[in-house]
Amino acid sequence: MLSIILLSVFGIVLLYLGFLKSRAVLLPATLLALLIALGAVFTEWNKSYLYFGDMLLMSNLAILFTSIVLVSAFMVVSLSGDFLEDEAAQPAEYYAILLFSIVGAIMMIAFENLIMLFVGVEILSVSMYILTGSDKRNLRSNEAALKYLLMGSFATGILLFGMALLYGAAGSFTLTDIKAYVMLAQGRPSLLLYMGVLMVLIGMLFKVSAAPFHFWTPDVYEGAPTLFTAFMSTVVKTAGFAALLQLLSFTFESIYGFWWVILAAITALTLLIGNLTAAYQNSFKRMMAYSSISHAGYLLIGLVALGQQSKPALVFYSLAYSISTIAAFGILLIVAKQRTVDGRPDDTYTAFNGLSRQNPLLAFVLAVSMLSLAGIPLTAGFWGKFMVFSAAIDKGMVWILVLAVLMSAVGIYYYFRVVIAMYFREGTSTRIQVAPFYRFVLIAATVITIVLGLIPGLFQDLL
Amino acid sequence: MLTLSLLLFPILAALLVLTVGGKQAKQIAFVGALVELGLSAYAFFSFVPDATSQFGFDYPWLAAGSIRFSAGIDGVSLLLVVLTGLLTPLIILSGFQHNYERPSAFYSLILFMQAALMGVFTARDGFLFYFFFEAALIPIYFLAASWGGENRIRVTFKFFLYTVFGSLFMLVALVYLYFQTSSATGLHSSAITDLYNLKLSATEQTWIFWAFFVAFAIKMPVFPFHTWQPDTYVESPTPATMLLAGIMLKMGVYGVIRLLLPIVPEGVALWGTTAIVLSVIGIVYGAIIAIRQRDIKRLIAYSSFSHVGLMAAGVFSQTTYGIQGALVQMLAHGINVVGMFFVADIIASRTNSRFLDQLGGITRTTPKLTVYFMILLLGSVALPLTNGFVGEFLLLAGVFERHTILGAIAGLTIIFGAVYMLRMFQKAMFGQTSKLTTGFSDVSGSESWVFIPLCIMVFWIGLAPNSFLKLTEPAVTNLLQFIK
Repeated sequence: MLSIILLSVFGIVLLYLGFLKSRAVLLPATLLALLIALGAVFTEWNKSYLYFGDMLLMSNLAILFTSIVLVSAFMVVSLSGDFLEDEAAQPAEYYAILLFSIVGAIMMIAFENLIMLFVGVEILSVSMYILTGSDKRNLRSNEAALKYLLMGSFATGILLFGMALLYGAAGSFTLTDIKAYVMLAQGRPSLLLYMGVLMVLIGMLFKVSAAPFHFWTPDVYEGAPTLFTAFMSTVVKTAGFAALLQLLSFTFESIYGFWWVILAAITALTLLIGNLTAAYQNSFKRMMAYSSISHAGYLLIGLVALGQQSKPALVFYSLAYSISTIAAFGILLIVAKQRTVDGRPDDTYTAFNGLSRQNPLLAFVLAVSMLSLAGIPLTAGFWGKFMVFSAAIDKGMVWILVLAVLMSAVGIYYYFRVVIAMYFREGTSTRIQVAPFYRFVLIAATVITIVLGLIPGLFQDLL
Repeated sequence: MLTLSLLLFPILAALLVLTVGGKQAKQIAFVGALVELGLSAYAFFSFVPDATSQFGFDYPWLAAGSIRFSAGIDGVSLLLVVLTGLLTPLIILSGFQHNYERPSAFYSLILFMQAALMGVFTARDGFLFYFFFEAALIPIYFLAASWGGENRIRVTFKFFLYTVFGSLFMLVALVYLYFQTSSATGLHSSAITDLYNLKLSATEQTWIFWAFFVAFAIKMPVFPFHTWQPDTYVESPTPATMLLAGIMLKMGVYGVIRLLLPIVPEGVALWGTTAIVLSVIGIVYGAIIAIRQRDIKRLIAYSSFSHVGLMAAGVFSQTTYGIQGALVQMLAHGINVVGMFFVADIIASRTNSRFLDQLGGITRTTPKLTVYFMILLLGSVALPLTNGFVGEFLLLAGVFERHTILGAIAGLTIIFGAVYMLRMFQKAMFGQTSKLTTGFSDVSGSESWVFIPLCIMVFWIGLAPNSFLKLTEPAVTNLLQFIK
């Protein structure tokens, strides 16, 4: 609650700071705002406060997801130094929109009422449409924004329709009321309820880019400025999965038998499409887009196999995924600048050729990120996959696990292409310089990934 | 605590090499590896020969302590710890004649590899075992792919994908087993000894058998999972090849002994013969290809493939002879194959050729090299009184006990081994001096110090095998109780 108010106020303050001559103050101000918000979130630890007429509940789980979102945002913002140099950019507005979008994300994480979920989804989505198109003079950025807007609105429409149906069935928007209704409706066919559940699920699955609702992802991720791609692929995904977890594990828990089959089919499809298509990409950015689809698939396993393991698994996985993804995009930002192809930064695999000689630190950070995304031991990503797999086995879903294992092997293939390019291919011999703060953030991401990889228990005790 | 130091010391040494290495990288790495050798020697001499796990440590790791960071040394682990401790300094020493680019990275990766290997051989928790099993891949991959030959990128990538793919099935099996365990408190356990006591149905055992088998068979490798192996051995720089053939291959055999046999005895009873048949095919197939090779490094690679087939067959025979033989043979094979690859490296770096038809007459100028080579070669062909004899004899006895005909076919390895090894020796060392081999200088300095310990070990194990067998026997007997 405190964090929502703080972030909204800071967002408005930032807009005014934009009038200042000096742009240099914006970045530290935004980072400070995020840190304060992070501190504010933890003041509510173990208290489970209800806010806004019982429409928001700050449970410990919500606090953990919120802090993952805030940490991701912190990292993304700290990698955004380039804005300040770009004349055409409007950093004050961008930072303000980022902060507002996090408000939306927190609402999605902590909602106790479907209205709140909808407001959160809209705040987050609208912010993302704007940020996707923020590279105004770039055709692809415009195209991506338009696509995202059209398809996103459509999905939001479905989501809203689903909520309306649920309201029609249960006569209430609050999760506890709907849960009570669902328990009663068990065994009694209720078309309104089941259609409503289905449509809400589709709307949310679109936001986390699960197949077959993923078609927007590659184009939008590729067209959007890299920085916002990083934001989208982490914050939106974390918030979306938190919302799905809340809906499925709490409200719709008693009709598990209805939705698990649908979700299992979607999971299998997401894993297959995400991984197999990623293996065919030549653009690193597009590969990361498909990889984000595939990670949505692994996270979905945690939901399909709903049980005790699910919550810690999703939290840990989101954290590991977010940190590695942001580090990877952060390095792409630096590396792609070195060479332009058709007036755009070069974001193909070849851009990474010889990076280990141009800047060993960047190469190491990216290698660790790739290993983590591929789920190799010593990194946090391994334990993320491990926990998700454990959840599946606990439920006896061996077939989905076998599919996931096969797809992880495919994943190793495309993540390692980056490692190979960096370490074993010849590139130009120009050294790449990195600003100290930038370096600090990247090192921090690597340290977190490795520490969580060695001592995964650190984080688990919080749950 | 000794085990913990065995695990952590190489990492410290590696970090030291990485930070202050520079030109002294190899010296620092060598000293680090010698200290580690001292630690493993201490473990060897102070080990009490019974079935317990000694020098251990045990910390909670994950899931409220049901997955533990726990390691220790028992008889089965001990020989492999000693092997790793012994070979690593020699492998580092064998690189002294070369000037590898970025030496601090090169030697620190070797030490990281050593830490991971120690972890594999001492882990007492199933997931910890898997953790190190995979972790060992990363340093060896970078070693082979950064400092290897022309086709290194493609070849090592295949190796990496292949092995990770295989071990993912082991991960699934381990997670499955973990959820089968339960205790009064409702907590699961992944301690390896708890996995031994599971009651699994025949179907479950079959699935888990194959999941484990694929993981370990790729690592060893067993026919038909071997296609990554010859290319990777040939393309890697010699120290990496030595790590791969000398130690890493043993991870697979060790895994079978530690996990596969005791956890799914019924699965082995059902499918063990199939596994032995595959292993025996590998023995014969590898040997026949080795006979036809003209590239020395490739020849040794195929000989290693053939030898490991015998170890696998012995282990799957589920007999005391077979398992004891495999343990001794792992030690012996590690010593011999590292020596052989070093000979190949010396020949290749002095003549710029690895091809038998371009060599010959090397003995004329190299009395010392000839002697060392001959000793290692006799060990490889399992001449009595050398290390290879003890292992192969026990292994063949084990396979014979389980299946007479397969045992007889596996016995061909003795004949084939002699054929390809002696053919290599004859073509490379005897005969007319070729253009490339004139003025071949004998081994000197650091090179001798690689060979001398290896040759001593060849005779030590050959003449007094009991000093090793008596250490492993209680542990093996203990394991066999779970199997029967």
